[in-house]
Amino acid sequence: MATLSKQDIGKILARQGILIAFAFFIIGFTLANGRFLSPDNVMGVIRSSAILGVMALGVTFVVISGNLDLSVGSMMSFSTIVVLDLHDKIGPALAIPAMFAMTLCLGAFIGFLVGYLKLNSLIVTLGMLSAIHGLTLTYSGGKNMDIADKDGTWFDVFGQGTALGIPVPILMFLALAALLGIILAKTPFGRKVYAVGGNGTAATFSGIKRARTVFLCYLMSAGCVATAGLIQASRSLGSQNTVGQGLELEVLAAVILGGASLLGGSGTIFKTVIGVLILGFIQNGLLLVGLQFYVQFVVTWIIIILAVWLDIAAKRGKLWSNIA
Amino acid sequence: MQAGKMTPFIKTGAIWAFVVLELIFFSVAGEFLSLSDKPFMDLDNMLLLLKQSAPIGIIAMGMTIIMINGNIDLSVGAIFALAAVILLDSMSWAIFAGLGDWVIPVSWALALLTGVVLGAVNGLIVWKTGVDAFIVTLGSMLGFRGLVFMYNGENPTSELNWTLVDFAEAQFLGLHTATWFLAAVTLVIWYVMTRTVHGRNAYAIGNNREAAVNAGIRVGPHMMINFMIIGFLAALSAVVFYSESGSVNPNDGQLYELWVITAVVLGGTKLTGGAGSIIGTLGGVLAIQLLRKGLGHIGADTETVNLVIGLILIAVLFLDRQLNLKGKEELKT
Repeated sequence: MATLSKQDIGKILARQGILIAFAFFIIGFTLANGRFLSPDNVMGVIRSSAILGVMALGVTFVVISGNLDLSVGSMMSFSTIVVLDLHDKIGPALAIPAMFAMTLCLGAFIGFLVGYLKLNSLIVTLGMLSAIHGLTLTYSGGKNMDIADKDGTWFDVFGQGTALGIPVPILMFLALAALLGIILAKTPFGRKVYAVGGNGTAATFSGIKRARTVFLCYLMSAGCVATAGLIQASRSLGSQNTVGQGLELEVLAAVILGGASLLGGSGTIFKTVIGVLILGFIQNGLLLVGLQFYVQFVVTWIIIILAVWLDIAAKRGKLWSNIA
Repeated sequence: MQAGKMTPFIKTGAIWAFVVLELIFFSVAGEFLSLSDKPFMDLDNMLLLLKQSAPIGIIAMGMTIIMINGNIDLSVGAIFALAAVILLDSMSWAIFAGLGDWVIPVSWALALLTGVVLGAVNGLIVWKTGVDAFIVTLGSMLGFRGLVFMYNGENPTSELNWTLVDFAEAQFLGLHTATWFLAAVTLVIWYVMTRTVHGRNAYAIGNNREAAVNAGIRVGPHMMINFMIIGFLAALSAVVFYSESGSVNPNDGQLYELWVITAVVLGGTKLTGGAGSIIGTLGGVLAIQLLRKGLGHIGADTETVNLVIGLILIAVLFLDRQLNLKGKEELKT
């Protein structure tokens, strides 16, 4: 067995830095508050991360394909409002597929603009963030949406139910993660996503339909957003128009924290799940040790920068940048 | 060669043509749809429009430099809020109690300093770590907002100083104080970008960073200065706005980055860097403000503004690409 040189150790530290830092966090928080690792608390954290997590799964596809999606937050508000509205009008069994169809239409529109028209994804999804927000407000007339009969519906099962002793949101998150993880890692489509994000020109020359791949990524992202909206709606059975506002950035933070490069071509579903959990546990841990809720924003900021910095420092073999 | 010279001209012209189009549309449509008897092109209404353009407009000037540089700054809304909190809170600090109204310039200076320091933090991280500006400012957008909340929880920070309010509400030669600030900032940044070495370097770096490095431009410090400029301008925007309103909520300035970037992109600045103009950005800022006011004037829900602006942004991006493709084909033949 070859001995590890100093450089190799440095590389491993940088590559797995986020996991190591996470381990230290966990140990620190556990020492500070014994409840941190109790099953109840762990379950609670994963459960409250599920909505963010489901959205992050879809965005992982988009980011690996070399694009961005800033519209997921307002799209989630949209699907939450729509499903709650339709619940009372046409019943939950029809409302859910109708909401999925509408959200997928939005995703298809974005996918068309970015994939087939090759428009810049940052600006397109920025525009869609605003446009979908406007759409939601127009749809609801600016009012909060509530289900009339909160006790007499089975609709709350997605957000509040449990199966086999595990909350349904967690099951949905894990099932979706497993499914999308397999699609990304084991199918030709998954390989195409990496190829398109890694080197779009080379992918095109090797016969991969770039436009279609990008289109499908946005469609999957929209599907995940619709699922997140379903969980959110089912959990609260009522919602404001701005329920998803700002989530796009937290989602992106989780994906980046998981190590996906914004340039595309790298990242995995597993790492994104880790990124989501890190955000969730740190948020929870800071609260448990008695810090103000808002401290987590500052901590998240520092963690994101450190994570990305260590990652690219390992790639270039140097801590500081080459910028003159 | 001519295509190269013409295209920017057409683009800067296009946004102003759009502004004129909006004016005509809302004037005509207002005749039929508006509930009030006042015409849209009323002088007071237009003066108010300029004043209301100021908070976004002042930041947009800084964003133009940043984007010409090939960077982006998502943290401006949070800087805006933190500077506003410092501005209003510092007026009642005990150490300034003896200053009387002289506390105003001191508080202004403190707020502006806050902006510069936060901008410098962004710039330094971008320079030294080599992490993309998008990620750095995405992070600091969260972080700075966290600082705002840590400062005063979810309570608003309020301080009404009547001398300050009088100053902010004053009209000099017909224009409001905020409008004068917008005009001054536009003029100064326009001068910097078109007449100075710093401006030339900004375009050079955005166009081709390698070439700029080879030409001896120190890219890192240059970018850091630009982040300090936008930090300063975000704080200045807060100073102008909150001198009048006197109360800041910790959530204020949220989504400002989106409005600002929309204005800059509408004005023809490229996300990839190297191209863009201050005059175009001014057109973009006015176009957005006209749209907000105009839709309200013809009785549309304020909610539709978001929808319309989002779609216009995408349409502009599409048209811009078509124009560029055309230009490239012309060059080839």
